[in-house]
Amino acid sequence: MGLELYLDLLSQPCRAIYIFAKKNGIPFQLRTVELLKGQHLSDAFAQVNPLKKVPALKDGDFTLSESVAILLYLFHKYKVPDYWYPQDLQARARVDEYLAWQHTALRRNCLRALWHKVMLPVVMGEQISSELLAATLAELDVTLQVLEDKFLQDKAFLVGPQISLADLVAITELMHPVGAGCQVFEGRPKLAAWYRRVEAAVGEDLFREAHEVILKVKDTPPADPTVKQKLMPGVLAMIR
Amino acid sequence: MGLELYLDLLSQPCRAVYIFAKKNGIPFQLRTVELLKGQHYTDSFAQVNSLRKVPALKDGDFTLAESVAILLYLSRKYKTPDHWYPQDLRARARVDEYLSWQHTALRSCCTRALWQKMMFPVVLGQPVPQETLSSTLADLDSCLQLLEDRFLRDQDFITGSQISVADLMAIEELMHPVGAGCQVFENRPKLAKWRQRVEAVVGEDLFREAHTVILKVKDTPPLDPAVKELLHSVRSLLQ
Repeated sequence: MGLELYLDLLSQPCRAIYIFAKKNGIPFQLRTVELLKGQHLSDAFAQVNPLKKVPALKDGDFTLSESVAILLYLFHKYKVPDYWYPQDLQARARVDEYLAWQHTALRRNCLRALWHKVMLPVVMGEQISSELLAATLAELDVTLQVLEDKFLQDKAFLVGPQISLADLVAITELMHPVGAGCQVFEGRPKLAAWYRRVEAAVGEDLFREAHEVILKVKDTPPADPTVKQKLMPGVLAMIR
Repeated sequence: MGLELYLDLLSQPCRAVYIFAKKNGIPFQLRTVELLKGQHYTDSFAQVNSLRKVPALKDGDFTLAESVAILLYLSRKYKTPDHWYPQDLRARARVDEYLSWQHTALRSCCTRALWQKMMFPVVLGQPVPQETLSSTLADLDSCLQLLEDRFLRDQDFITGSQISVADLMAIEELMHPVGAGCQVFENRPKLAKWRQRVEAVVGEDLFREAHTVILKVKDTPPLDPAVKELLHSVRSLLQ
């Protein structure tokens, strides 16, 4: 059994890994773990990741969680082009800086935007006040400004003239509020231009394939009450 | 001007960076940024880190934020011993996994534990509801269990038989609730023994030096009202 990647393309970090592996021709078995069916809570999946989260990797007897760790593992193991995680000391530090910052910043705000705008009201039947939603979208807006001003600035990509892991992780985050119907790129021509460059570097077909699930998320049917009960504690912890 | 590290030893990630640099004999100028005086909000510090956070690094005209990025930069530039961030694919993946997980797990509960148990009531003069504090301490307890069961397991250190930057980051998180008076190591013999091993490798003197500030945090005098206003961002730590 070769490399197995346990993913749900509903999840932003899963999309980044999917794109990275496919783009670089890394051979893997896709193991889909459907979050909205609670499959991440199964005993079988706990064998792969006791933290019960996706993405997860299994490579022979080696299991690994955390998307940043997985991306770096794949980068080092499969000898992919250097620009993804440049050898240059300072350029690499910039990728590390972005990958560290995003956990509690863009990741958090994109998750909350999707769950407050779509997932909780439409799928879980949980009312979200308009004040809460407005506050969440305002926080997202602030984070997008930091992404532009501190990270992108006047460069073609986040870290320099070429795409890197930072761009992949960032773009897949932004597709979360896009899937929720937020106009993330309106009034943000710099980000919009960067988005087009990332999409072109990844390849339109692969980009579209990776985002099929999130772009249809508004059509998700309401969750079964038993499933909802299973999922809610994890959801609430995730979006706190 | 050589390497400058902008730190406040009140902060967990700053302590990890401080210990790492000192232990490895990395020459640097310490630039203290006193968080409780709002010094991270000055325009001059914003030149170093526009995110207005510590730790931050300045190396010539290169500035860098984020403790994980700083630790890895220092390990590469100064070619520190391999065990800190191993070349071995799987061992390194384990360090990366810990460094990624901790941002939204241990970091969050340790910061909240300190602020809700000590900083808000004692230093900011703002009482914290018992339920909020209890909930935070319960979260901390779960995180400590995860640290033991998932990361430390039966190993001497988080990645195996040798100390790495993962252990430094982890021990610094735990010293936060210790500074608040939480009994983190009592009833957790596995963690207590790991702490002793980490302290032995780091060296008792350096360990003590790095923790002078956090271990005296309960003696911090009440804050100036103007500074309290500046620290508005900590209000989110009340949840």
